[in-house]
Amino acid sequence: MKIKLTAKPGTTSEIKTGNWREQHYPEIDHEKCIGCGMCDTVCPEGICFNTGEKNKAGKFFYEKDLDYCKGCGLCAEACPVKAITMREEKK
Amino acid sequence: MENSKTKKYKAPLSHLLNPGHSACAGCGMIIAARLLTDTIGSNSIMTGATGCSEVTTTQYPMSSFKIPWIHSLFENPSSLATGISAALKKQGKEDINVVAVGGDGATFDIGIGHLSGMWERGDNVLYVCYDNEAYQNTGYQTSGATPLNAYTTTAPAGKKSFGNPTRKKDMIKIALAHHVPYVATATVGYPLDFVAKVKRSLTIKGPKYIQVYVPCVPGWGSEPKDTVNIGKLAFSTGYYPIVEYVNGQLSGKMKINKKEPIEKFLTLQKRFKHLFKDEAGKKEIAKWQAMCDSNIQEFGLM
Repeated sequence: MKIKLTAKPGTTSEIKTGNWREQHYPEIDHEKCIGCGMCDTVCPEGICFNTGEKNKAGKFFYEKDLDYCKGCGLCAEACPVKAITMREEKK
Repeated sequence: MENSKTKKYKAPLSHLLNPGHSACAGCGMIIAARLLTDTIGSNSIMTGATGCSEVTTTQYPMSSFKIPWIHSLFENPSSLATGISAALKKQGKEDINVVAVGGDGATFDIGIGHLSGMWERGDNVLYVCYDNEAYQNTGYQTSGATPLNAYTTTAPAGKKSFGNPTRKKDMIKIALAHHVPYVATATVGYPLDFVAKVKRSLTIKGPKYIQVYVPCVPGWGSEPKDTVNIGKLAFSTGYYPIVEYVNGQLSGKMKINKKEPIEKFLTLQKRFKHLFKDEAGKKEIAKWQAMCDSNIQEFGLM
């Protein structure tokens, strides 16, 4: 008897955990962002990322993927220039 | 300002640990898991113990990992890693990193015999312990890593009890007693320090042990946004020294710039709420402060 015990790599990305968010979602001010990536370092989901786009100051800015964001707010706490605000979720 | 809500951004999913896992909002363990996976890179094989790090990432038939990851039993990620590292040695593929991970329950209690064997044999494996100070996955039961006075479901606080009556087991000294060539502590409060330690450990041949302090939101009764902050406070109060031993010698330690009172660490967590009710609780907090002060003195943290 042969049982398939292996799983394909990275397949949990099919599960959109964004619907876990209860009260707040992060909003990133592109003009304030200095592109340091601290939000990415501490994000439990790993879904803050460099967009490859530049703001007026010529800095690459970061964004988040709300499909997965659980709204913990760690990115807003970690941001050294306070470019991330936790906004009330409109449902 | 361009409203980020108007343009939809999609994450490139460039990390080696994908989202979609079921870790809680603000989970400390999963931050460490992602940083670890990214740092060891795709040329690695990981073995995992039973616990949150397993059930949140690998619910059959899915996996968050983009590297080979295997789970067998609660107690044996270290033994599994031994076997894998022996097979790779035989095949001449010793450039592949073999990493074993487990929670504090798997490391301090259930898997300590297997881990001790791995250390004794000197297998070329990095073992990372996600220390969240209890069996959080099964409902917050006391483990060997649970600190003094913490409320757990097997050591509840009440009229005659201040929660867990015993101190945390000193796994670092147990590892050092095995002459493990690389032993270190880290916390998700200082994620870049953890990454640097993982990198450094991989340059050393033989067993490596890194214990990373990972706050648990539901188990500790903390706010999701405070996870990193609690990790920082555990260090800056003197409770959790961030140290590094190479070949048994204390080769690195993080220095405390501004010492924080232990109350600041305790009040952020509901598992210590009962210490702030009356005078008797104050005596228990004094014990904590004494423990922190003795750590600061022992390791010369200031």
